[in-house]
Amino acid sequence: MSGPAPVVDAARLADDLDAPPRGRRRERGALWAWVVVIIAITYFIVPLISTLEFSLRAAVKDPVTGEFIRPSLQAYTLVFNDPKFIDALLYSFRMALVTIAVSLLLLVPTAFWVRLKLPRLRPVVELVTLMPFVIPPVILVFGLIRTYSGQPFAIISTPLGADAVLVGAYVVLSFPYMYRAVDTGLASIDLRSLTEAAQSMGAGWPRILWSVIFPNLRSALLSGAFLTLAIVIGEYTIANFLVGTKPFGPYLSLLGQNKAYEPAAVSLISFGITWAAMLMILIVGRGGGRGRAPVTGAR
Amino acid sequence: MTVKATTAGIPGASPASRRFSWNWLGVVPFFAFAIAFMFLPITFLVVGSFQSAGQWTLANYIGLGDAYIQTAYRNSIILSAITAIGGGILGFLIAAALVLGRLPRALTAGMLTFSGVASNFAGVPLALAFVFTIGNNGLLTKLLDEHLGINIVTQAGFSLYSILGLAIVYMYFQLPLMILIIVPAIEGLRKDWREAALNLGATPRQYWRSIALPILMPTILGTIILLFGNAFGAQATAFQLTGGTIPIAPVVIGTQIRGDVLRNPGLGYAMAMGMVVIMGISIGLYSLLQRRAERWLRS
Repeated sequence: MSGPAPVVDAARLADDLDAPPRGRRRERGALWAWVVVIIAITYFIVPLISTLEFSLRAAVKDPVTGEFIRPSLQAYTLVFNDPKFIDALLYSFRMALVTIAVSLLLLVPTAFWVRLKLPRLRPVVELVTLMPFVIPPVILVFGLIRTYSGQPFAIISTPLGADAVLVGAYVVLSFPYMYRAVDTGLASIDLRSLTEAAQSMGAGWPRILWSVIFPNLRSALLSGAFLTLAIVIGEYTIANFLVGTKPFGPYLSLLGQNKAYEPAAVSLISFGITWAAMLMILIVGRGGGRGRAPVTGAR
Repeated sequence: MTVKATTAGIPGASPASRRFSWNWLGVVPFFAFAIAFMFLPITFLVVGSFQSAGQWTLANYIGLGDAYIQTAYRNSIILSAITAIGGGILGFLIAAALVLGRLPRALTAGMLTFSGVASNFAGVPLALAFVFTIGNNGLLTKLLDEHLGINIVTQAGFSLYSILGLAIVYMYFQLPLMILIIVPAIEGLRKDWREAALNLGATPRQYWRSIALPILMPTILGTIILLFGNAFGAQATAFQLTGGTIPIAPVVIGTQIRGDVLRNPGLGYAMAMGMVVIMGISIGLYSLLQRRAERWLRS
């Protein structure tokens, strides 16, 4: 699909390319495959349709006739006029941005340094970054609360301290895929030559990292960043135990217990944010190959 | 320092590198962070699990034999196993349909992108979406009742707030994860293997049974185990749906964090350790099988 081919249907072209070389039969796909995929699509899409339908059920009163009109966008109007919704969304966005910044500042120099200077340490660092696979979020937050609520490090009781521990937990959650993204990114560039070239031109370590390494890893880092964003925005367990209903996940949970139609609207918005983050990952390019699905999510 | 440090880092070019090196300082921030937000909290739980009233003891682990805790673990294991095996088999079918079914390229690409989104769409909004679908007042529940006269809640005795209900919801993130991991594996099956088999007189069925499935089996089994861990650690979805009415290990630990429902802090720590051990075993098995899978599928 490289050249301009306005007449050729892209999907058909792809089909032709996929077809076995000897049979030039143009098939419309195997029947069993259609059946399987249609059932799958139904399963995936019906909950979204139901949520949409629910979110439109809130009635709005016609100011002239006094009648109730539905479907309406009333639930969305209510949500967007709810300062708590805006606050929760902004808070989670802030936490996500800080998490991404800390995670990158921690992992890029570490992965760079280990590849360049301490290759024997690489398996150890890798193992540490994979640890969150074994520690479910509920266990992590359990340990964090017990560690940071008692002496000598009782910092959870202050808002700033609780936020700091929350970010710390999210950075840990981001370790597996962020480190993998950074490390595969580093593997694809000639680290030693780039570093030596920069050094011979007089650059120090911070300058090398900032002006040479970071730009070369851009698409890998952006993928990791958007994945982190998607996970942090919807996260419930850690957020709820550390800072209560302030973040987006716990806010939605509370809303779900108290209101009828607004939760449906907010759930769809949440789904939209996840979509947007995933599309951004596709747009910035695959940094680290396919099948790199994270297991440590906000489940 | 800069130039000297570079030459010392080149393997084979380091006659004097036995001297003490300050290179390890570069990884101190990473390890300090990992200790503060991962190892220290986990150590706290480990130590706590072996203590009771300030004394070292194994009583907490013996206490795991308690009927309530056993039920919680059993429910968790059943839920995770059902959704792992079910998600594994159905996810494999969907992946096979996408790769081998000669479906339109756009549909295949769309499904894969959607899988990326859905594997990250979990927790509170997912739970709510299913409440709107097959909850007691859900859209599908009502439609089935009005048009087919089947009330799945009152007549069929279905409850979303049961293990079966949770399993249906968990599939929403289990299936996509299976699809994302298994699609590249199926794509890695070389066309010449199939052609060689068919030229030697094998039927497509024989090719699948004797060649393709044995090659894919380590990946399939490994991913099913990964799915087990994925469901086993999930807390938010189950908590939002059941509110703790069905004892499931991560949910029980959640309530233990809040208010010591087990009436014994040490028992809570031991239960958390039990979860970490089960997660550790499943992730360990997964990486073992994955290493075995890589032998064939190097594409």
